[in-house]
Amino acid sequence: MTAYIIRRIIIGFMILILVTILVFLLVRLLPGDPVMRYMANFTGTGQQNVMTPEQHDAMMVKLGLDRPIPVQYWDWISKVFRGDLGESLGVQQPISKLIADVLPRTAYIGFWMFVVGTFGGLLVGIYCALRRGTWLDNTLTTIANIGMTVPVFWLGILLIYLFSYKLGWFPMYGWVNPWDDFWKSCTYVVLPIASVALGGIAGMARLTRSCMLEVMRTDYVRTAWAKGLRERVIVVRHQLKNAMIPVVTSLGGTLAMILGGSVFIETVFSIPGMGLMMTTAIFDYDYQVVQASALIFGGIVIFSNLAVDIAWGWLDPRIRYG
Amino acid sequence: MALLDVQGLQTYFHTEYGLVKAADGVTFHVNQGEIIGLVGESGCGKSVSILSVMRLITSPPGETVGGKVIFDGKDLLKYKPNGREMRAIRGSKLTMIFQEPMSSLNPVLTISRQLTETLELHLDMDKRAAKERAIELLRMVGVPDAANRVDDYPHQFSGGMRQRVMIAMALSCNPAIIFADEPTTAVDVTTQAQLLELMKDLVTRLNTALVIVTHNLGVVARYAERIYVMYAGRIIESGRSEDIFGNPRHPYTIGLLHSVPKLGERHGTRKLIPIYGLPPDLINMPPTCAFLPRCTEKIGRCEKEPWPELRAVGDDHYISCYVDIKGK
Repeated sequence: MTAYIIRRIIIGFMILILVTILVFLLVRLLPGDPVMRYMANFTGTGQQNVMTPEQHDAMMVKLGLDRPIPVQYWDWISKVFRGDLGESLGVQQPISKLIADVLPRTAYIGFWMFVVGTFGGLLVGIYCALRRGTWLDNTLTTIANIGMTVPVFWLGILLIYLFSYKLGWFPMYGWVNPWDDFWKSCTYVVLPIASVALGGIAGMARLTRSCMLEVMRTDYVRTAWAKGLRERVIVVRHQLKNAMIPVVTSLGGTLAMILGGSVFIETVFSIPGMGLMMTTAIFDYDYQVVQASALIFGGIVIFSNLAVDIAWGWLDPRIRYG
Repeated sequence: MALLDVQGLQTYFHTEYGLVKAADGVTFHVNQGEIIGLVGESGCGKSVSILSVMRLITSPPGETVGGKVIFDGKDLLKYKPNGREMRAIRGSKLTMIFQEPMSSLNPVLTISRQLTETLELHLDMDKRAAKERAIELLRMVGVPDAANRVDDYPHQFSGGMRQRVMIAMALSCNPAIIFADEPTTAVDVTTQAQLLELMKDLVTRLNTALVIVTHNLGVVARYAERIYVMYAGRIIESGRSEDIFGNPRHPYTIGLLHSVPKLGERHGTRKLIPIYGLPPDLINMPPTCAFLPRCTEKIGRCEKEPWPELRAVGDDHYISCYVDIKGK
């Protein structure tokens, strides 16, 4: 078991390194370079031709961007291993400080998206499986099928239009830290959480429903009925744990979906979190910030999947780690 | 007075191809402590009849539409399938052993949990007493090192051992009747014999009735006291074991016995005769005897009249046939 976990952690690190290499190359494939942007902002004219080619080259040399890419990568990754994420070109602040500001916000809404999406989906899925074929099951299943395919940003805009613009129940966009003013922050986070959680509920509900239905038809559930147990006991004791094995596996994917969704939804709702920081950084050619965000997002996804694989063993006694 | 009296049981399945009359007027009874064999080929409605008695038919698509199942003076068909009264009987007074030992135990619960849950439910035992009883039950069915193995999971048991666990489960609350649905079909022949001997031993000792549902005539010949032969959703012959094997009266039963080899018979002394044709399509059943197309003894009356009711042809020996075949 320990050997298995250590091996998985090493593999996880290797995947993470590959992700950083990929992102490192991708940002450098973007047409343009950070210096143009940087100089334009620096002079405040919004023009990109304020530099002479000589000034531009001098700046590239100063930032080390003239060197071969492998050298640049080595320079960056070795700093990361020493705990230094570098400095943002755009806002000239240490990236670790930027992340310390924005990560708690994304973590906060991400947590609620995950909780609402997972538990909401479980409840809907279990209900539909137990009452399969009823009109409510058909309605919920249809909504879930639609909900899975709806793009997060489109849903977000639709919700803003309906609940903020037309009904005026919630602010249109913005952010208040929940640790500053909890109730006020609630009004700001309801719509973004709902936009992402709906897709989560839909996916989880569909999976839970089909897993439950599959388990219901098994011989051991028939054995449980033959024992004279009541339906609730059969569902909780005999069906849920078996049905949860594939559901738990999908949790890693749900988390990845939520992180991906947060990139969109933070942009739509102007929430100053990791997602918005990353999008802004991409538009600003802020290489260092994009790389650091990808590193953190990637790390979260890879290691939550590891947690899921370990949870498996606890759910299913047949699994042996080796 | 019989312990269980099943009269005219009808269980139909609504399928996309039409109504399947899986059991259509099944009548049988079980006396206390008796070992009964319910035989017939695949799809003749044996399992459906038993599951109907236990009220375990999944609805939809299945539905028990007619008949009576009198147990302990009460008609079980009057109860809701998963209602309180039925649940109190199921698993305690009437229990089941299923065909597939590999899949009939819950893979994520320990053997202990699966045995103790009925004890806690029906006998109101506390956890500790239930666990002790579970170990005792495992010993009774011959699981070696029961005290340690009780905390194992099903996948750590072999098929035969799992079926022993199923037997222990079925016996746990001192049932009146155990229904064993093809209990030994999925295990190898040596294990088969061990399991059957074990079941026979235990039910005789505990004075529990045992209904063995099987398509294996050898199994019933050796263990059953009375036999019911089913064909196309009905009982077509019933009687004491020695009558069914020594003096079968229905052409189908006779055909069945011609088609199985006997132990000790020298190779080549007797030709095995198959029953030609196929069992009828349960959706489009003929109004006449369902065995008619395959029957070698048919007479004019068979073509015109409906499927005959069971009639006595001897002491406790009944057939559903117009023809009298004497002294085979």
